[in-house]
Amino acid sequence: MTRRVHPGAWWLWALGLATAATRTTDPLLLLLVGAVTGTVVAVRRTDDPWARAYGMFLRIGLFVVVVRLVFGAVFAAQAPGTTLVTLPSVTLPSWMAGLRVGGPVTAEGLTVAGYDALRLATVLVCVGAANALAAPSRLLKSVPGALYEVGVAVVVAMTFAPQAVAHVRRVRDAQRLRGRADRGIRSLRRLAMPVLEGALDRSVQLAAAMDARGYGRTAAVPRARRRATAALVLGGLLAVCAGLYGLLDGQAPAALGTPVLLAGTVCAAAGLWLGGRRSPRTRYRPDPWALPEWVTGGSGVLAAAAMTVAGLIGTDGLRPVPGTVPGLPALPAAGVLVALAPVLLRRIRA
Amino acid sequence: MIRFDRAGFRYGGTPVLTDVDLEIEEGELCLVAGRTGTGKSTLLRAVDGLVPHFTGGTLTGRVTVAGRDTRDHPPRELADVVGYVGQDPRAGFVSDVVEEELAYGMESLGLAPDVMRRRVEETLDLLGLAGLRDRPLGTLSGGQAQRVAIGSVLTTHPKVLVLDEPTSALDPVGAEDVLATLQRLVHDLGLTVLLAEHRLERVVHLADSMVLLPGGGRPPVYGPTGAIMVESPVAPPVVRLGRLAGWTPLPLSVRDARRAAAPLRERLATAPPPVPSAPGGERRTLASVHGLEVRYGPVPALRGVDLSVASGEVIALMGRNGAGKSSLLRALVGLLRPAGGRVRVGDAAPHETPPRVMVRTAGLVPQDAADLLYAETVAAECAAADRDMAAEHGTCRSLFERLAPGVDDALHPRDLSEGQRLALALAVILTGRPPLVLLDEPTRGLDYTAKERLAEIVRDLAAGGHAVVLATHDVELVAEVATRTVVVAEGEIVADGPTAEVVVSSPAFAPQVGKILAPAPVLTVDQVREALS
Repeated sequence: MTRRVHPGAWWLWALGLATAATRTTDPLLLLLVGAVTGTVVAVRRTDDPWARAYGMFLRIGLFVVVVRLVFGAVFAAQAPGTTLVTLPSVTLPSWMAGLRVGGPVTAEGLTVAGYDALRLATVLVCVGAANALAAPSRLLKSVPGALYEVGVAVVVAMTFAPQAVAHVRRVRDAQRLRGRADRGIRSLRRLAMPVLEGALDRSVQLAAAMDARGYGRTAAVPRARRRATAALVLGGLLAVCAGLYGLLDGQAPAALGTPVLLAGTVCAAAGLWLGGRRSPRTRYRPDPWALPEWVTGGSGVLAAAAMTVAGLIGTDGLRPVPGTVPGLPALPAAGVLVALAPVLLRRIRA
Repeated sequence: MIRFDRAGFRYGGTPVLTDVDLEIEEGELCLVAGRTGTGKSTLLRAVDGLVPHFTGGTLTGRVTVAGRDTRDHPPRELADVVGYVGQDPRAGFVSDVVEEELAYGMESLGLAPDVMRRRVEETLDLLGLAGLRDRPLGTLSGGQAQRVAIGSVLTTHPKVLVLDEPTSALDPVGAEDVLATLQRLVHDLGLTVLLAEHRLERVVHLADSMVLLPGGGRPPVYGPTGAIMVESPVAPPVVRLGRLAGWTPLPLSVRDARRAAAPLRERLATAPPPVPSAPGGERRTLASVHGLEVRYGPVPALRGVDLSVASGEVIALMGRNGAGKSSLLRALVGLLRPAGGRVRVGDAAPHETPPRVMVRTAGLVPQDAADLLYAETVAAECAAADRDMAAEHGTCRSLFERLAPGVDDALHPRDLSEGQRLALALAVILTGRPPLVLLDEPTRGLDYTAKERLAEIVRDLAAGGHAVVLATHDVELVAEVATRTVVVAEGEIVADGPTAEVVVSSPAFAPQVGKILAPAPVLTVDQVREALS
């Protein structure tokens, strides 16, 4: 049996590619990112149900492109240039800011909208790739111990949804068996009660089963440590908020930005770590973080880094001007291609 | 190992258990028996602290397990000494894959990773689950799910295993698997097992001791299985046959009974064979199925099924879990659209008939009879049924009175016993006076008395010109009531004929009396009694 790559590595890889995609509007680069995710998913996907997520995200991406183009043509102020077609136009009254709807549609305007839409779609496709490659339950298993309860709640919710669907079907069948129509508002009302009752029943049973299996055992923790944990987590999160505010607001003093953000992150992490020690839980076969994880996650980070560096040094072609033929800048393209590395791992992991 | 010291339990003002005084030794397999509502589940849950920590109510006296008082130890603090598997094992699954589920309890206890790994592998082998380790829990069959649930509590190496109705929902073969596993655990690991089960015929020969709950506030009786069975009001067919024939000691297993039964077999060989009760009156075909195919997505559930049902017949559908029994019943009432072939019930195709018309030709009581019930009280339920089926007011109530006499009108359907609830669901269905009555797994959760009542009801229905088709795992009920038995496997009908012929030849489906007295063609204790008189 081959081992699965740590789901965190897949997310790192995908988010790296997504970051790269947000830093450019070059359609060729964006399509390259899309092609890389597609190739890796095609080679590395499993037969698990979530592996179908990629196709779904691809369709959502296409939908986004279409919607953005339509909106761009109808609502947006058009960039000046070649007029392709003139739509009947309506100028909204001044109390609605005098917006104009319709009017001439320019090739340049459509191109800008198209580039923008493609960027969003590419980010979506990257997220889809992560969803298809990383097992959701394994990812939840890797959350810090202090957040363990949250992870369990999510897993339970995921198994509840299909059960609820099955129960709805059973109740509808029962309606038919009693000679009642299974459509209409009244049948919906009759459906809700038994289904809610069933869900409540199941949660009580599950809670009993979990309790009987040792869920929620806690180690004895001195009160001082418990308080320290709470203070660290809360203080840390507040500091993270303040730091983000400092970073985003140009007028805030520089000291409020990065340093506070970093300090907050460290505090929160320490709090979570301390909190995790409260529960005596251990983990069964945690996913190790070894060479394949470094390669997978690292290749995504490299792609993001290459794109960022290219942006900083001012490489041409990251944001092509409408009306010109887009090119494929060498540095970012090479960075994106590095993210193909997980394909090679297929042989190594056997 | 388990000690009840003058323990009692009250829920509000209602006493559930009183004066429980017993001590179960290490390595004992103890069976808890009694009618429904006598507090079997409560007794089991008191052992692992769910009663009263989880359920509320008042526990008096003292319950200790491996020296720990359940009063001071909530269930999670007992998790390393008691493993508890509830009635529906699937309701207790926490993770999504078999292997993870096995490890869950150990993770909660904080065992070292290498210990967890070793125990998971051992448990996979011990319970024969190695082939299933990567399977999502939702795809397991009933027997597999039960074994995974048992495995998942065994990995913490508890000293006591508590099982509530472990085989009730299983087909005979799946039940055998689970029970064989249990026996192995008791013999090889010295585990103390406490289990409740309605189907005594499946477990009584494995039990060392029994706790018999008489109900009605009287204290339970505890003792060796053989001694308890002599007097017990609930008894499997093998014991009832033993009592009838006056065998001492009373045999508890088919094997012991067969050894004692040689003289009885000789007497039966000379007695006239029982006359199968032929359904009287005019017989007409109520439903016919030709080449029926049913699919769930790409998965075929039924393939080329032919069946015809005539009035006055009681047909038992038997087969493994998932063989297609329920699908056939559902196709007969139009809940499923056939992918091929033809279904006619009365004069119409059921899936094209509107529900309001369908209830007058065929009625199905689903596996979970409570699904059919919505109202807050019995009276409201009956009134709603009269309206639904456009029957005269009071029809449903009088039917229910005949099926289950003397039930309080103001009770909530949830507060009825299993048997009464089934009777109410059946009354609702019968309100439409359908000639064809279908019952899906009706004996789940029924005790012997309720089952006998059900058998009478089914025979009455058949005598009244109804045809009854029941899908069931309960071989004893089939022997009692079915005139014809149809065995389904992998979506195909593999046997169809008079019950006596079909079940006697099958090791899984033969009733106990049939196994003991073969080759004599008797299936039930009543038939033996008749043949001897």
